[in-house]
Amino acid sequence: MSHQLLISTLILSPLIGFLINGLRYKRHSANVAGGVATAAAAISFLSAILIFMELLAMPKEGRQIAVNFFEWMTVASLKINMGFLVDPLNVIMILIITGVGSLIHLFSVSYMHHDEGAAKYFAYLNLFLFNMLVLVLGDNLLVMFVGWEGVGLCSYLLIGFWFKDSDKAAAGMKAFVTNRVGDAAFLLGMFLLFVSFGTLNFQEINNMVPADPTFSWLSPLTLGTLFLFIGATGKSAQIPLYVWLPDAMAGPTPVSALIHAATMVTAGVYMIIRLNPLFLHTPNTMLVIAIIGGLTAVMAASIGLTQWDIKKVLAYSTVSQLGYMFLAVGVGAFTAGLFHLMTHAFFKALMFLGSGSVIHAMHEEQDIRKMGGLKKHMPITHFTFLIGWLAIIGMPPFSGFFSKDEILWLSFHSPLGHPALWALGAVGAVMTAFYMTRLMALTFWGKSRVPQDVHPHESPALMTIPLIVLAILSAFAGWLGVPHVIGAALGHLPNILAEFLSLNIKPIPNLAEANVTTEIILMSVSVGFALISAALAYHMYVRNPELPGKFTEKVKGLHNFVYNKYFVDEAYEGSIIQPLVQTSKSIWFYVDVNFIDKATYWISDIIKGGGSLVRSLQNGNLQTYAMYVAIGLVMTLTFILVR
Amino acid sequence: MLNTDIFTQIGLNHYLFLSAILFVIGMAGVLLRRNAIVLLMSIELMLNAVNISFVAFSKYSGKMEGQIMVFFVMTIAAAEAAVGLALAVTIFKRFREVNIRFFEHLKG
Amino acid sequence: MLLSSLVFLPILFALIMVVWPNKTTLRPLALGLSLIQFALSLTIFWKFDPSSSALQLVEKYPWIERFGVNYYLGIDGISLWLVILTTFLLPIIIVGSWQAIEDRVKGFHAALFVLQTAMLGTFLAIDAIFFYIFWELSLVPMYFMIGIWGGSRRIYATIKFFIYTMVGSVLMLVAIIYMMFLTQEAFGTMSASLIDFYRLDIPFIAGQFFSLQTLLFFAFALAFAIKVPVWPFHTWLPDAHVEAPTPGSVILAGVMLKMGTYGLMRWTIPLFPEAAEYWAWLFLLVAVVGIVYGAVVAMVQPDIKKLVAYSSVSHMGYIVLGLFAFNETGMTGGLYQMLNHGISTGALFLLVGMIYERTHSREISKYGGLAGVLPFFTIAFFIVTLSSIAVPLTNGFVGEFLILLGTFQANPGFAYVAVSGVVLGAVYMLWMFKRVFFGPKGELVKDESHPLHDLSPREFAVLIPMGVMIFWMGLFPNHFFHWSNASIKHLVESRSNYILTVKDTNTKTQSAALVEGE
Repeated sequence: MSHQLLISTLILSPLIGFLINGLRYKRHSANVAGGVATAAAAISFLSAILIFMELLAMPKEGRQIAVNFFEWMTVASLKINMGFLVDPLNVIMILIITGVGSLIHLFSVSYMHHDEGAAKYFAYLNLFLFNMLVLVLGDNLLVMFVGWEGVGLCSYLLIGFWFKDSDKAAAGMKAFVTNRVGDAAFLLGMFLLFVSFGTLNFQEINNMVPADPTFSWLSPLTLGTLFLFIGATGKSAQIPLYVWLPDAMAGPTPVSALIHAATMVTAGVYMIIRLNPLFLHTPNTMLVIAIIGGLTAVMAASIGLTQWDIKKVLAYSTVSQLGYMFLAVGVGAFTAGLFHLMTHAFFKALMFLGSGSVIHAMHEEQDIRKMGGLKKHMPITHFTFLIGWLAIIGMPPFSGFFSKDEILWLSFHSPLGHPALWALGAVGAVMTAFYMTRLMALTFWGKSRVPQDVHPHESPALMTIPLIVLAILSAFAGWLGVPHVIGAALGHLPNILAEFLSLNIKPIPNLAEANVTTEIILMSVSVGFALISAALAYHMYVRNPELPGKFTEKVKGLHNFVYNKYFVDEAYEGSIIQPLVQTSKSIWFYVDVNFIDKATYWISDIIKGGGSLVRSLQNGNLQTYAMYVAIGLVMTLTFILVR
Repeated sequence: MLNTDIFTQIGLNHYLFLSAILFVIGMAGVLLRRNAIVLLMSIELMLNAVNISFVAFSKYSGKMEGQIMVFFVMTIAAAEAAVGLALAVTIFKRFREVNIRFFEHLKG
Repeated sequence: MLLSSLVFLPILFALIMVVWPNKTTLRPLALGLSLIQFALSLTIFWKFDPSSSALQLVEKYPWIERFGVNYYLGIDGISLWLVILTTFLLPIIIVGSWQAIEDRVKGFHAALFVLQTAMLGTFLAIDAIFFYIFWELSLVPMYFMIGIWGGSRRIYATIKFFIYTMVGSVLMLVAIIYMMFLTQEAFGTMSASLIDFYRLDIPFIAGQFFSLQTLLFFAFALAFAIKVPVWPFHTWLPDAHVEAPTPGSVILAGVMLKMGTYGLMRWTIPLFPEAAEYWAWLFLLVAVVGIVYGAVVAMVQPDIKKLVAYSSVSHMGYIVLGLFAFNETGMTGGLYQMLNHGISTGALFLLVGMIYERTHSREISKYGGLAGVLPFFTIAFFIVTLSSIAVPLTNGFVGEFLILLGTFQANPGFAYVAVSGVVLGAVYMLWMFKRVFFGPKGELVKDESHPLHDLSPREFAVLIPMGVMIFWMGLFPNHFFHWSNASIKHLVESRSNYILTVKDTNTKTQSAALVEGE
């Protein structure tokens, strides 16, 4: 198969699925719609595998497939091709997207079984896959932007899927608008790069990046990368634009798994990795990215400690894990960032689907205070969730351990890193271990608090199979990127991922030789504390269920502050949204209606006034007119005679 | 003893003076009176003032054109009075009013 | 003869409308005639040479020789797409108003055709006086369209619309006459031809407002700015739109506003290059203010149509911004955005009209939950919304991106502010969308005794061409740029000394060979 055909199949198959389901959107059968959509996703996944094989068959230096469909925009020096490029970096992405995507499609068939809008749902899901593939495969920033906005659009549609509920529609809108703020910055970043490089093509930009880093804050490249990063904070839910992601949980749970955990939200990380030579060129931006990433990791994790909604906990966990990825790319550990992106995609998709399974079993109940003891009712869900839990808290040898540890180590060790960044990451890891254990404990373990009329049951096979597959991936995917220090200890296991990506990712400049002892100490510290924290959570929520209540009672103010998400939403509402609406209203009323319009009335009034002055002469009285004639006559005569 | 010279002493200026006085009286009537009938009478007065001038000029210059002109004026005046009075009567019949201030539909 | 027939056939059609005896066949006839007109306009593509920036298909006959006024028509890459847009929209408007206009159907269609003549004439006239006549002629049918078939405050709106536009155009007339005297001074004979105007060298003194070129520049620019409308001359637009019947709104937003931006592009900028350059900051400023202002005011409108009208102010701000960037990217974007706005805002007005026909209300707060009741209508509205907020792969994105990029290359400061329009645009459109289509059913939607009907085949016929254009223009903008590139390039490169050559249609191959030879 030619490359062009292969990539067309990969990208267009979900689009065709979207069109098919879109045209028959009124049908209610979830099986047919889901079948079509899943088939489309699976075809896409098969093509991705074929492309991956093609790539592997190529010599190592030349591993890339470029296809160009048509010229999109050509104006003056701007030449944008509808071009796609596959290389080791995004082949991993497309495998994740189509692979996890297919599993989630499969899961949805059963999950959305009773929903009337199933066809519409699957159409959106396929459209999302299409856009996500365009995003990661585009060979220039503008084509990436097509997917970038496209996934935002699908996210909007899917969050507001149950649009009859005003809050859900509002959540969708919030997601889109927040993303739009980022997108506007992304546009500015693109402009700056275009003005600097004269092109938007990734390869050309990466080749043209000057060798020496620039330390100026105001150089166009620093500004450009900063703006791109703001774009990434929008899409990938980082401070200050993370607020939409927790609300995005209004959408169906599989959507949260696919879009708001595994794929779309990682787009920002992917974009930075894609442009890694450029970002390495601007260390100031890198510093900002690392700090924002670290702060987001800690802040979101701390909110996660207090939430009662199973999906909200996972949502804040996602924000926090995305913070880790940004921390990674911020210290130049791009491979580690991508590695964590991948493992996170597995275990977080797993946990979201698991929570979907739980919610399904609980008849749409999401409050973990009303769960507990589900272990015996839902053994498969519990077991797979357990693996996800082990992965996310960084328990060796599950996948999360390898990727998180790599990030923490490099944030300490990299010349772009700092012990404080490591500390942020470590604190985040400890919190993660706590709230995830809390979630496990409240949902699956301990005594059942399930209401009498609800009878939880294990989900059907269509739902558990994806869970099992994802659990396997979550358990073992870590071995793709074994850290050097462990690999050496186990007999020189290579870091497969790093080697595979070496063509695309620039190494961290001036990286010192690793100190094995330090690395092992740091690793033990973070893992150790995480385990202690997990044990503590187990103690608090399983052994002594009344303990958390007592504890929060003591720090009521703080708990309240964190429980209400630091009142960030309220602050945005009060400082941005309301003032904007109020100002708009007063602009409309005072400026438009009462000033500009009135000003034109003044002009017309002046003219009218002038008219009414003359008008009194024209009083319609014949005698007055005759008088004018007489006066005129007399004056004329006088004039003639006197002269 | 009555000075009969007075008849021979009456010259062109006297006629013109009389004509001017009559004309101004007529004009004042046209400009100031409200009654349409009086207005028409005032117009007649003005026309006749002009007629006096015509005749006087004709007599003193010895040309007949002026006196011929008077016939024209008298004809026109008669016609005008006929039409004008007819209008006034019609308007009166319709509106019960001959005050011209009442008719100001042309007012802008 | 092609351009002449294009411009004056509609007058003939209008006469046919007036004398046509049968009322039931009137609409099909009008549709047929407008389609003929559209087909005729498409034949331009056969004869037009896109590689040349010259004026093509020229028709020139002396008219008032004493003053050098000619019957002078010509087309180039700048006017080409606007002509096509005009002829494209007319059949759509006729089908769109099939049920909306019930009384005085004859008069309405006659007015539409006269309006078409006026608009096409404005885009094609190369003689200043000739241009002015069409420019003013366009007011008359629009005046009647709003005044007769409009809403409750229609008289207020028409008068406002008429007077605003007149104020500007009177100044332009003075400037045109003055420039005719200038041609007499410069070339010995008086001429009203645009080609001769271009050749004038009008003295410019920087920093002095009361200097010749600056005054002439502002006389022209004001006329066009009011028509566009540039902030702060925009207040006639919301009133006119709200009171106008749907077809009137569509044609007003779709084509008539473009007369203003076209005028800036064809007349103001090349005629007074130094003044345009010197005062560009002012136009960039009002454009940016217009973008933000239109968007925030649109956000708080309680009336859907008024919201769309204010969004027009915002979108037209983008166009002006692109034109005054003075580079190829910005100008191309500006021209493209003119077409986009014609399509997407035209479609929005059609959609608003459709829902108005069903419920007789445009108040946002009375709606809600429409998506559950009218799925096809919702999809159509959503696609047009996407185009309006410039989501990639729709036409709006291409225009907005090029404009912003062009502005950024020329004047980054303005682009930084203008980008906020990208966010605000999404805010007001999606907020409106949410309140109208999502959430619980509103009072007008849940009325069981008057169930709402989804799109009829006729309405599909109206919307499908618009939808096709939205994606075609978004996916393959190069198809469109191809025809206008040469002209825009010429305008940008030789702006300070702009000369428009005239190309004889018969020697098409010859001159093409010449270009290659160079």
